[in-house]
Amino acid sequence: MLDYITSYLGSNVTPGQAGNFFWAFVYILLIFIGLSVAVIAMNWLERKILAHMQVRLGPMRVGPHGLLQPIADAVKLLIKEDIMPAEADKLVFWIAPLIVVTTAFTVFIVVPFGPSHAVTDMNIGVLFMLGVSSLSVLGIVMAGWASNSHYPLMGSLRSSAQMVSYEIAMGLAVVSAILMTSLHGLGMYGVAASGSGTGTLSMIEIVKAQQEQQTWFLFKFFPLGLIAFFIFAVAMVAETNRAPFDLPEAESELTAGFHTEYSGFRWSLFFLAEYSAMIAVSSIAVTLWMGGWMRPFPNWLSGDTWDTVFSLFPGITFLILAALASAGVGKMPKHPYFRIQTMGLAGFAAVLGLIGIVLFIPPVRDRIQDIYWFSIKVAAFMYLYIWYRGTFPRYRFDQLMKVGWKVLLPVGIGVLILTAIAGVVL
Amino acid sequence: MSNGTKTEDTKMRAHGAGKDAGSYISHLELGEKDQTFLDSDELIINMGPQHPATHGVLRVILKLDGEKVLGTECVIGYLHRGVEKIAEHRTYTMFNPYVDRMDYVAAVSNGLGYCEAVEKLLNIEAPPRAKYIRVILTELNRLASHQLWLGTHALDIGAITPLFYLFRDREEILKIFERYCGARLTTHAFRIGGCQYETYDGFEQDVIKFLDFGLPKIDEYEELLTTNRIWVERTKGVGKISAQDCIALGVTGPVLRASGVKWDLRKAQPYAAYPEFEFEIPIGQNGDTYDRYLVRMQEMRQSFRIIRQAVSKIPEGPIMAKVPKVMKPPVGEIYHSIEAPKGELGYFIVSDGSTQPYRVRVRPPSFVNLQALDLMVRGQLVADVIAVIGTLDIVLGEVDR
Repeated sequence: MLDYITSYLGSNVTPGQAGNFFWAFVYILLIFIGLSVAVIAMNWLERKILAHMQVRLGPMRVGPHGLLQPIADAVKLLIKEDIMPAEADKLVFWIAPLIVVTTAFTVFIVVPFGPSHAVTDMNIGVLFMLGVSSLSVLGIVMAGWASNSHYPLMGSLRSSAQMVSYEIAMGLAVVSAILMTSLHGLGMYGVAASGSGTGTLSMIEIVKAQQEQQTWFLFKFFPLGLIAFFIFAVAMVAETNRAPFDLPEAESELTAGFHTEYSGFRWSLFFLAEYSAMIAVSSIAVTLWMGGWMRPFPNWLSGDTWDTVFSLFPGITFLILAALASAGVGKMPKHPYFRIQTMGLAGFAAVLGLIGIVLFIPPVRDRIQDIYWFSIKVAAFMYLYIWYRGTFPRYRFDQLMKVGWKVLLPVGIGVLILTAIAGVVL
Repeated sequence: MSNGTKTEDTKMRAHGAGKDAGSYISHLELGEKDQTFLDSDELIINMGPQHPATHGVLRVILKLDGEKVLGTECVIGYLHRGVEKIAEHRTYTMFNPYVDRMDYVAAVSNGLGYCEAVEKLLNIEAPPRAKYIRVILTELNRLASHQLWLGTHALDIGAITPLFYLFRDREEILKIFERYCGARLTTHAFRIGGCQYETYDGFEQDVIKFLDFGLPKIDEYEELLTTNRIWVERTKGVGKISAQDCIALGVTGPVLRASGVKWDLRKAQPYAAYPEFEFEIPIGQNGDTYDRYLVRMQEMRQSFRIIRQAVSKIPEGPIMAKVPKVMKPPVGEIYHSIEAPKGELGYFIVSDGSTQPYRVRVRPPSFVNLQALDLMVRGQLVADVIAVIGTLDIVLGEVDR
């Protein structure tokens, strides 16, 4: 039994490929927990960052700098009365949030946090991700329909129209990135990254192709990769219904869109799904265009020394966070009323510091740093999401459709064709 | 489903619960036949009275074909307090604070209009210093009102950040009000015959400080919004209204000026100390939401200009005219109107020679401007209704009174 468990630790493939169900289960559990923590952290960060962009402080009362606010909110949502409209279609109303949240979590099966850090490596990974994540439209339509109310219905219709039309532009951008996996830039097709002779749809192989071609696809066939990435970046914001494409839940128009009638736990499921969907599409973008788990400048700053330097980053990051938290402990008011909060913050700092020290241990840091770089890149996208929300006005529905069908789609087709040509000519 | 039941069904939906006797039955009805290709129905939905973007308790009943607006109907009165009726049971002085509660974001303008109307009735005139203080405070209030408008308008269109920036700026104005008269919103700053309070020490410096702080901020917001692609797309050509329609409906204020009519009561029939200042009346051409935005932004700049002039040449002297302790205006009637931030604010007062007005009728700009909503949004999209409500800059306290 112990052999079964430890045998995987040294392997270079995902537990799914190794056929190791125990570790596959552990990975699923880790992703589930990690994602929930990420959503909670994202909730707090979004409120804080947005607040500071808007000359206000954001949550400050529950815990030091409002750190416990998301937890307080979660508790509130869980113990809230579960309201179901009398006229609602009970079964569908009940199922809809489950579908949305399930799809949002399922896509993470194929997300490669590192060369061996994924639940499994499917040979159609990208397809699986796009397919499963588009299933969430079903949940949204069901939620809007089952509410039996006008605003949710309009919200869900907007949402489905929007998601369906942006998926096409998104798909085209993805295809042009996938084409790049089979193009070596040497004037011919079929010189594939991993020696299989063709391109690949596997998420892990896509990153490996970027590793072998020594470039992020973002910079490949400049500016084609950049344009394809841009199309994806716009489409993914629309796909996740975030500002400036947040029409389905446009607060000033449709109150809360498709989840107007939802409250308490069910609503929190939608919330969870929205944020994990944001993380999911960001991971696709990172995997396809930004080198996935690769550390920055693997070619320019190569060699063992630089490898060591970059592998120290995760530990250093956590130590900096710990230092920030301990500085916060010093700044806490000395009043006895704040004692528990101060102790909590100190404990938080200690935990962060401990994690930081653990991350310096060589075997751990070698295995962890892929996850670190991947998360950092995804976090950059998350920051962009918040930034968009603080900056842009909202598009109108027809303008949204115009951008999708008349701008992104033709440009996407053009980029696809040019990428194909570039692979032959260049 | 036969047509008869369908209409009944619609009416049920239009007035919400449909059970209480006082509920409102909409005049909007669904088309006789299905008008759309896919055999889909038209939809009647309620926007408000509790809705994040109707600026209070406005209820708009929308008839929709998908996202397209086929007709609207405004239901008002949720904030009705009978202000005009209250006036008949109060003396002229006692009624003064009530007008602050109509347009609560521009309370100073309301007070100015009322005080000047009664002064006209009594045939007295406020001393020059009082007039200057009135102009400074009224223009500051116009700025506060326009700042609130810009913040909420941008919020309605989806940009959430400007609201907080503008509240920060507006706070400075409210601080000046607070230091002047002790109140921030419902100021009751003026009295019949002048002002009750002399300016506090450092009033001028505070105002100048605000002017120096606020004007560059306007540039900042214009930089953010005026050429913002999404902002322009959302506002250009939305809620168009021609000058003829504006005049026919009695629409006044920035909405009228954005349609190209150069009509501002501060110039057309000057009151207070306005003839003594140099300022321009910004006008637009297209009468769409974007032009109204530009006009209001320009108006804010002009307000800065007026305040700067007023502060620099504010005369010394008394701040109250000789006003009888018990006001008994001669029998007669008076109509006096001023240019409030939202448009022409008029007071029609009938006196029967007693201490209480026989009748006070208020011509609120928001109420009259709201009439144009249906004309402006017909044939446009749901999102435009929100934009147009924002651009009309209505305050429900004033619409319902």
